[in-house]
Amino acid sequence: MRKVLMGNHALSWGATLSRVQVIAAYPITPQTQVVELLSEICADGTLDAKFIKVESEHSAMAACIGASATGARAFTATSAQGLALMHEMLHWAVGGRLPVVMGNINRAMAPPWTIWTEQNDSLSQRDTGWMQVYCQNNQEVLDSVIQAYKVSENQKVLLPTMIVLDAFVLSHTMEVVEIPEQEKVDEYLPPYNPPYKLDPKEPHAFGGLTGPDGYFELRYMIQEAMEEAKNVWKETGKEFGELFGREYGLIETYRVDDADFLIISSATIASTARVAVDVLRDKGVKAGLLRVRVFRPFPSEEVRDVVKGVKKAVVIDRNISFGASGIFYQEVKAALYNEEHKPPVFGIITGLGGRDVRVEDIVEMSEDVLKREKPESDIIWKGVRV
Amino acid sequence: MKELRTTIPIEEYMGPGHLACQGCGAALAMRYALKALGPNTSMDFPACCWSVIDGPFPHSSLQVPLFHTAFETAASTAAGVKAGYDMLGKTDVNVVAWAGDGGTYDIGIQALSGAAERNDDIIYVCYDNEAYMNTGIQRSGSTPLKAWTTTTPVKHPEDRPKKRLVDIMAAHRIPYIATVSVAYPEDMVRKFKKAKEIKGTRFILVISPCPPGWKTRPEDTIKLARLAVQTRIFPLLEIYNGLEWKLSMDVKKPVPVLEYLKLQGRFRHLTEEDVKMIQENVDREWEILMSKIKK
Repeated sequence: MRKVLMGNHALSWGATLSRVQVIAAYPITPQTQVVELLSEICADGTLDAKFIKVESEHSAMAACIGASATGARAFTATSAQGLALMHEMLHWAVGGRLPVVMGNINRAMAPPWTIWTEQNDSLSQRDTGWMQVYCQNNQEVLDSVIQAYKVSENQKVLLPTMIVLDAFVLSHTMEVVEIPEQEKVDEYLPPYNPPYKLDPKEPHAFGGLTGPDGYFELRYMIQEAMEEAKNVWKETGKEFGELFGREYGLIETYRVDDADFLIISSATIASTARVAVDVLRDKGVKAGLLRVRVFRPFPSEEVRDVVKGVKKAVVIDRNISFGASGIFYQEVKAALYNEEHKPPVFGIITGLGGRDVRVEDIVEMSEDVLKREKPESDIIWKGVRV
Repeated sequence: MKELRTTIPIEEYMGPGHLACQGCGAALAMRYALKALGPNTSMDFPACCWSVIDGPFPHSSLQVPLFHTAFETAASTAAGVKAGYDMLGKTDVNVVAWAGDGGTYDIGIQALSGAAERNDDIIYVCYDNEAYMNTGIQRSGSTPLKAWTTTTPVKHPEDRPKKRLVDIMAAHRIPYIATVSVAYPEDMVRKFKKAKEIKGTRFILVISPCPPGWKTRPEDTIKLARLAVQTRIFPLLEIYNGLEWKLSMDVKKPVPVLEYLKLQGRFRHLTEEDVKMIQENVDREWEILMSKIKK
């Protein structure tokens, strides 16, 4: 079945097809349609789930954590300020090894009040231990929710996942989306049944006081799970392709085989950059694109393999780590640092607060980078009016 | 010979080896609560003394499942736990949020209010020792007038009366509210059993003496929990739907508050005038309470 869906409704459909059992959410622009549709789907009985209309995002995540601890499949969605309010509980879901899945609509942080897209909200949660998937279209949003449960609930992983989409550019933009058949989704994603859960028949205490003689190992295990998750994302992405005809990896590449100039980006800027690559190719530049889809765990090996072969690379960030540089830029450079042969990598910051990033902007910034020998600073600002 | 009978179940669901201080009211509260609720119970604790009392990982002194959660999330986590159990067909589990006064009166009141307003099907228990005892006796919204704590030193003791949490909960019109004292275990067990049979949000407030925090002798815990009731400082109540207030134990001849205060080091600095002010406060609150009680 094909439907015309906005990105937010693609999240709702992904959750519905995943047969989530508990939803707890609080409204925030630009996330509201996600939970509005889910309320309807729960109310009319299409989805057998409990919807807890909590009084804050902090409580939303706490309720998802409680539900997940019983072995139920839990879902929520939020954005920006809401995600920031959840911060403490994001750590709790990871430390508790609870496979909650959440949609986050990338919105710039206040003040000043704003609702347009930027990645600083989700990237500020980088070190919580949540896996993060940055989507480029609404089909990927829907598919990624289903895949996320499969990965998160894998016993070797047991970590929560954040499905990230750009405010308005995806959240409120209608696209044709193929809705997978429920039967096939059920085949792909069996019910969640963890070996350890809250259960009066087999009582356990979860999260009790742990001293320096135990905590360290628990953190080591989270990192091990993250490493394992790289394989699980790849395997389940392949399996998804076999069942549904759309394969997903940690990264996506476009025209990189003979490329000597590489654009690296994420989310919808990456899909715009795909067109820019064609334009640059027409102009005689051997351009290619690397889209980072899964940001945590970071696909260092995949990034290295692609970047090593080019003469020059540019990372386009719609985010900034104040006092340093673009965040994807830092991650890409870190992945390359110990390589013997590595090209110069340029870092562009653009589109903050939802300012439009067009094909011609990306072509222009690429041509600018192509003229330069090496990066003179960690940030090349594009489009800022100063 | 007449057979001795007790209304308190003999079954124990709290084992020895827990880490409570001597004379801890909160430990007694848990023991009685579980006796009444039984094994088909699931607990969550926010940060509070019980985060420690239960025992360090991997030990637990409880024979029921337990989820440790963040300070302000006792109610919201419990709401999620209940929804999870319901979806898995375990609809008869007593889901209990078990929190101290800091996690209830202060940082957790938003989540508690949300759960109560939604009438989530949970039992919320606040064991009230009237300050942040687990972090070392800092004042909370529950600290009584004139009490010493480490953040309300003798030179500047607590200058506000205790927050009227029961009134706040009653305003939510939840089906059941009760106040209990560890000095009256029969009353306590009866109320927990009653709470268990009711659907929706049930709130139980336990006055819970704390020897290190109140600067009292461990052997005086029961005496203090009894005096709190007999002085009318902590009336034993049941409230149905926020409207029908019932006194569980009338206190016809109240003991002067001084008898309660003088056993506690946290009140050692009080002047005669302070005691008088506290007595007047208690008398006034009792009158207000009497106006709500259904005769």
